[in-house]
Amino acid sequence: MMEWLAMGGHGVYVWSAYALSAAALVGVGVWPWLALRRARRRIAAALAPNQPVASGDGKRPEPGQGGVA
Amino acid sequence: MGIATEWFRRTFHRMGSPRWFFAGSRGWMLGLYLVGGALIAIGSAWGLGFAPTDRLQGNSYRILYVHVPAAHLAEAVYVAIAIAGAVHLVWRMKMADLAIAAGAPVGMTLTAAALATGYIWGIPTWGTGWVWDARTTSMLVLLFLYFGLIALRQAVPRAERAALAVSVLAIVGVVNIPIIKYSVDWFTTLHQPASIRIGERPSIDPSMLWPLAVNALGYYLFLVGVVIAALRAKIIEREAKADWVRTWVQGR
Amino acid sequence: MTPLRRQRAATVLFVLAGAGVTLAVAMLALEQDINLFYPPEQVVAGEAPIGKRIRAGGMVAAGSVAHDDTGLGVSFVVTDYQGSEFRVDYEGLLPGLFGEGEGVLVAGQLRADGVFEAEEVLAKHDENYMPPEVADMMAATGEQP
Repeated sequence: MMEWLAMGGHGVYVWSAYALSAAALVGVGVWPWLALRRARRRIAAALAPNQPVASGDGKRPEPGQGGVA
Repeated sequence: MGIATEWFRRTFHRMGSPRWFFAGSRGWMLGLYLVGGALIAIGSAWGLGFAPTDRLQGNSYRILYVHVPAAHLAEAVYVAIAIAGAVHLVWRMKMADLAIAAGAPVGMTLTAAALATGYIWGIPTWGTGWVWDARTTSMLVLLFLYFGLIALRQAVPRAERAALAVSVLAIVGVVNIPIIKYSVDWFTTLHQPASIRIGERPSIDPSMLWPLAVNALGYYLFLVGVVIAALRAKIIEREAKADWVRTWVQGR
Repeated sequence: MTPLRRQRAATVLFVLAGAGVTLAVAMLALEQDINLFYPPEQVVAGEAPIGKRIRAGGMVAAGSVAHDDTGLGVSFVVTDYQGSEFRVDYEGLLPGLFGEGEGVLVAGQLRADGVFEAEEVLAKHDENYMPPEVADMMAATGEQP
């Protein structure tokens, strides 16, 4: 097990590359879900009765700002 | 022929409808996330734990299994974005513009991942992480192009104007893709030439090629799923005032 | 396609062609700058500048690597297997993948006597990946990778 983790002395390179790739894939995979939820909540808040209208002033909707960039 | 043309025409028109796309894409998206994620898990475990070591590089070559799919998809996403740019310029299709907005952060992340894993891989193999050769430099240009697609949209105040400018940039930038691909053949570089070429026997031993094939397919499926998910979010953001979006929001 | 769309499509193709031609011309003009290193043929032919910091590269000739008494200095011959080769003198650490019969990239200065004084040596590996056993088998049968 330790031998496998060590990767013949290249462990630090191999594992950091894989960890970085996993983080990139997870980040890029989660970002759209968060963006959709954010958009839905904003629209719901704007539609809710007796609430100050948050959007609908003709401005462009905010672009998604995920942790991917 | 007639049926195929008719099917293509109808699909093209339907794809142009955000509402139709949003309603029909959820199942596909979930399936692609699931199958793609599973394939990446299998391919990575295979590449890390079961593929043999390389005669020269030993274990460090295992970075190939995450580096190559990321680099390949970074280019593939850009080609798709350029096609969407052309479709938007010719047909003024709103969905094509949304597709660019959805794909750019995905492509940018992949490009960054390819550059970063390449840097890490370079240290034990080349003796340096970075060198300004034609391959690495053109890949860095791709990162800036993705960044440009995102920044340009923010910089132009009117949405329709921004969409046109972004489409033009997307199309012009596609000339960088053949340069990335052929840089290792046209110029002297530190990066080695391609191991897999169409119509030739791969110069990777089959025992090492399988995990790469699994991972590459996994990346493809997973990232198509991610782009669909991002497109769905962009649709809701952009169509916030449409009745069907309000109905969807209230129904949840 | 409507005439308007046909016109837009023509514009798209025109823009794409313009960008492609511009880039192709630029790359042809800058080819020497885009190339990362001088191959042995150009070094031998005198096309590489003398006394300026440049990069050169090729294959490390078999049997040519010689370490000096201090253990730090090393010299080897870089070849293209086509008859062009030059000697490299270097003092310092070699990358892990450095070896005879493998690719190499050297950065430093070419002396007037044709010897390359390297300040940096990088390994350039090829596109072949195979397990050691397969490599041994191929070596035994004399097959090239």
